[in-house]
Amino acid sequence: MAVITMNSSDVGPKALATTRAAAVRGFRRGDRIFRLVTFAAALSVLVILCGVMLSLLFGAWPALRTFGFGFFIHATWNPVKDVFGALAAIYGTLVTSVLAMLLAVPVSFGIAVFLTELCPWWLRRPIGIAVELLAGIPSIIYGIWGLFVFLPFVQSVIQPFLINLFAPIPVLNILFAGPPYGIGTFSAAFILAIMVVPFITAVTRDVFETVPAVLKEAAYGIGATRLEVVRRVVIPYTRTGLVGGVMLGLGRALGETMAVTFVIGNAHAISSSLLAPGTTISAVIANEFNEATDPMYISSLIALGLILFFITFVVLAISRLLLMRIEDAEAK
Amino acid sequence: MTLTKFSRLAVVAALGVAAFQVAKADQITGAGSTFGTPIYSAWAAAYQKVSGNALNYQSIGSGGGIAQIKANTVTFGASDMPLTPKELAAADLVQFPTVIGGAIPSVNIPGIGPGGMTLDGATIAKIYMGEIKNWNDPAIAKLNPGVKLPNLAIIPVHRADGSGTTFIWTNYLSKVSPEFKSKIGEGTSVNFPVGIGAKGNEGVAANVLNTKGAIGYVEYAYVTQNKMAFAKVINAAGKAASPSAAAFQAAAANVDWSKSDHYYVILTNEPGATTWPITGATFILMHGTPKDKKASEQALKYFDWGYHNGSDIAKKLFYVMLPPATVKQIEATWAADIHTK
Repeated sequence: MAVITMNSSDVGPKALATTRAAAVRGFRRGDRIFRLVTFAAALSVLVILCGVMLSLLFGAWPALRTFGFGFFIHATWNPVKDVFGALAAIYGTLVTSVLAMLLAVPVSFGIAVFLTELCPWWLRRPIGIAVELLAGIPSIIYGIWGLFVFLPFVQSVIQPFLINLFAPIPVLNILFAGPPYGIGTFSAAFILAIMVVPFITAVTRDVFETVPAVLKEAAYGIGATRLEVVRRVVIPYTRTGLVGGVMLGLGRALGETMAVTFVIGNAHAISSSLLAPGTTISAVIANEFNEATDPMYISSLIALGLILFFITFVVLAISRLLLMRIEDAEAK
Repeated sequence: MTLTKFSRLAVVAALGVAAFQVAKADQITGAGSTFGTPIYSAWAAAYQKVSGNALNYQSIGSGGGIAQIKANTVTFGASDMPLTPKELAAADLVQFPTVIGGAIPSVNIPGIGPGGMTLDGATIAKIYMGEIKNWNDPAIAKLNPGVKLPNLAIIPVHRADGSGTTFIWTNYLSKVSPEFKSKIGEGTSVNFPVGIGAKGNEGVAANVLNTKGAIGYVEYAYVTQNKMAFAKVINAAGKAASPSAAAFQAAAANVDWSKSDHYYVILTNEPGATTWPITGATFILMHGTPKDKKASEQALKYFDWGYHNGSDIAKKLFYVMLPPATVKQIEATWAADIHTK
């Protein structure tokens, strides 16, 4: 940075003006450099993203050219005969994630409402810290816990119960058809739900806390119950943030690998029953990339990566669209 | 004071650089098979004590090992699946086996202990194709006179990750069942129409131990360590064989490696009354005319040390050594085909 010297004895007004001009020029140059540096940092994100996309496209090209559109709509995954289709993995990824969100979102909202509206002061911190700790557990721990502790319980208690419960109900008796393997799509979704709850809860709690006390007090003042305050004041006020939190959770669920691999059963098949083994895109890649030797096999695995990239992109785009619509509606 | 401190620091730094250079000069690099990782690392630690030479082995999987040796970034590649002589010739590669392992059908059936029942290849193939679905199936009962098998659904468990164990398993089933060969085939990953896929040997073992009615193939170490129940398998000689180090070695001893084409031998379904039929070796790949001759020479010295001094380590890790006659043949192959001079 330029230093302006003011104390030299023979500084006339003219000389002072030139030094000041030089100093200002120096500031401007500094600003320009700062701007360039930050711009380069921002640009690097785009460069990396483009690089990832290009290398995925390049790697996936042989598989996409060979199988064409069929790659997306066939569920056969046969490395021996070199026939690959991604449908089972795509289906498994979407079903486990959606199911996980169905289980996790109500629970997360419940925790957040309790923490911000109903919880006594002394209990807030312990529960808040517990939620954050839950978010910090590595996914491999969830996977191993799921395999050794949770699955035997699911197989012997939860699944037989679900199968018996839904047996007389049409549609549901197909979705929850036996035999109880323990391992399977349902168990994977359940573990995913446990994993995303802390993420959604943390965001939801934060946005709930932004609701001005005045609004809530006004509602209570006209005789609203707690449920009404949450439904009519808190949730409408924080809608944008809630969508953001849910999308964050969904993003994590879509890409989660290790925990799912341990408990989903890794079967390249689409089953009508949620209790049957399935697979997800990231589980397939994690399982099979290491020992894949054949070029078409490797290319197909990379193509799966491309599809996951695309799905995540679409989810992000939809959440942006949703947010924009909500903001528009609020503006009116 | 400052000066002495500085000079001391300089000496330490110089020594450090020197030590690094020595280590770098004699570092053997390898990559590949995860199945072979524990034994290669344990051998390397012991070998470094006697020779001073270190091994840098990257456990990246057989596919990665093959790719790396072809790209010439490592001195040796390690693969659970042997390359065909044609593939070897195309890349100027020489392959040789190092240690033996076996796949064991472990089961979880109430009342059945280790070796408490017997299966044959054709029956196992039908189980994994989903054609035999219950443990009280007449085909299983016929093999087990006097054994009480319950009315219990069979849940086949297989490896979800690409694996040398899957290769040995499917190779055996393809040899004994033409139907399995045409419908499913052999490979490190195959498309099993039924059952559960689990990650790693530990995953398969856990699933079998947790699930009543399960059958799953695991490496020998997992059966012994977890005290799992398993089925004996009827071998090529028509005898019900039990898995053991001796039974794996019997499979290797019955092969005339000298007649084998570039060690392209898979040790499944070999003859011999005590032979375990689902046996396989893991392989090393090296260039016939390596770019870095000295590094290849060092690598061969390391493997030679392992063959002759590594059996205690292998036993501790539940690997099985090749019989001495086979080692002699491998050493002859090195002399003839790997040009390190």
